[in-house]
Amino acid sequence: MSDGGLDPVPEGMEILHEKAAAFYGRYERKAELQHQTHYCPGCGHGVAHKLLARAIDELGVQDRAVLVSPVGCSVFAYYYFDVGNVQVAHGRAPAVATGIKRARPEAVVVSYQGDGDLAAIGTAEILHAANRGEPITVIFINNAIYGMTGGQLAPTTPVGAVSTTSPYGRSIWNEGYPLHVVETLASLEAPVYLERVALGNAKQVMQAAKAIRRGLENQVKGLGFSLIEVLSPCPTIWNETPVEAQKRVREELAKIYPLGVVRDKTSDAPMRPARKAAPALSELPKLLEIEENGVRAAAKADSSVDWRIKVAGFGGQGVLMLGEVLAEAGLDAGLEISWLPSYGPEMRSGTSNCQVRLSGKPVDSPLVSKPNVLIALNEPSLRKFLHEVVPGGYVLYNGAAVPEDCRRDDVRVIAGEFARIADELGSSKAGNIVALGALLEAADVVGGEFADQALEKLVKRPGWLALDRKALQAGREVVQKERRHDNE
Amino acid sequence: MAEKLDKGWVEIDGDECKGCGLCVEACVPKVLKLGEGLNRYGYHAAEYEGHGCSGCGLCFYVCPEPGAIRVYKRLRAAA
Repeated sequence: MSDGGLDPVPEGMEILHEKAAAFYGRYERKAELQHQTHYCPGCGHGVAHKLLARAIDELGVQDRAVLVSPVGCSVFAYYYFDVGNVQVAHGRAPAVATGIKRARPEAVVVSYQGDGDLAAIGTAEILHAANRGEPITVIFINNAIYGMTGGQLAPTTPVGAVSTTSPYGRSIWNEGYPLHVVETLASLEAPVYLERVALGNAKQVMQAAKAIRRGLENQVKGLGFSLIEVLSPCPTIWNETPVEAQKRVREELAKIYPLGVVRDKTSDAPMRPARKAAPALSELPKLLEIEENGVRAAAKADSSVDWRIKVAGFGGQGVLMLGEVLAEAGLDAGLEISWLPSYGPEMRSGTSNCQVRLSGKPVDSPLVSKPNVLIALNEPSLRKFLHEVVPGGYVLYNGAAVPEDCRRDDVRVIAGEFARIADELGSSKAGNIVALGALLEAADVVGGEFADQALEKLVKRPGWLALDRKALQAGREVVQKERRHDNE
Repeated sequence: MAEKLDKGWVEIDGDECKGCGLCVEACVPKVLKLGEGLNRYGYHAAEYEGHGCSGCGLCFYVCPEPGAIRVYKRLRAAA
């Protein structure tokens, strides 16, 4: 008679199965009960954990395994697995696993998720990770219910099943049909291995052990995306004994969700090219072309500088580009800058705009609601934003003269046919840079050398750079001519 | 000894076991049972009857607790 297994082991016996090394010896989740998991008696998570831990042991990857724990009952998986651990927002495990795998290609990354996590809130993440063929392993525990939160209907709940949120039973007219995850993912090209297994009896558990090991092995071999769906009992929420729940997995769930390999491209999957590891932190300043201390080499800027610039025009007139050149030049001049593009349906026809701040002090908000510079590349933009310009500000208008009803005496208006000037130089598209030249000549926004540097950085094609330099000069001449005219 | 030696042996941690009974269900030679008494956490922990284990290991696989069951197998040389 055994007393909790305390009888001495007979001679001549060797250990065949024991706790996997991939588990911690004790679990430090709480001060008490550190020798057992938090799972209910008969819970499938415990079994799935053991199969995963065993696979990690067998493949010898404990020191490079990273487990991404989800939201759900298995949220505490990181207390059990002695591997790298990250616990993530609900449903986002495949996205985080993607990031980890890309940053650390040598890691064996496992996304462990339940059906509420993976098949409901995380549908987008799993679908796209699978579609990208991320070389990760997903263990998908399907118990057809929300367990942790007390038994709400999941996308995987069987038709007719009563849950706290389907008190009359799941209706196909109200909640639709159970979601078949592996079959859905099998409609995609990229996944390498998809299998559904169950924990309905010892035989099924043995098959699940093989599948989980296979899913992990695929990753170790450098193959692509593997997902193992595990039909799993939830005795507590199903309100059954563990033995009854196991029977339900076998006799009910496995009928709704057929077991077997749904996709196996392991023998003919193209080898993924090795991904370059992320650069070391110390290399980043060089890659970003900034000085070691994190600040670009620049003259100390005057702290009273405060340009609030709005650039507006038709989509395609180079509105955003003009803003970018200003911001880039400001950065080189040692100013604090922000560049806020306004996208939207207005990008095509209508008015598009961007807001730029160049400041001697940290920028508190990138929004420019009271500009001291308005560059209006068309009339609708002028009409829309002219009233916002503060007294004493500058208005640059792409037109021979501002319309009669747009006159303001309290701002400096520079009107010029910037686009036409650019057209004569070679392309009307450089009209934005003509306007920039006019601005730089009229107001001391930023030194000309910085604007030139910025153009050099942002304009990749030599032909365009030459044209933009001419356009910048032509813009300056518009203002110089006006100045001479005023002096005469 | 005239008696045939058992091929296996099971050790159950009566403190880690939560008495779910899945090992009892899975055991082929039917040598596991749930204890009559409660362990200190209130579960009828599983027990090995002390003889008849075949060393198949199925109880280990179906058990949800990582370290509640340890299965031994008789060394070939010794058998």
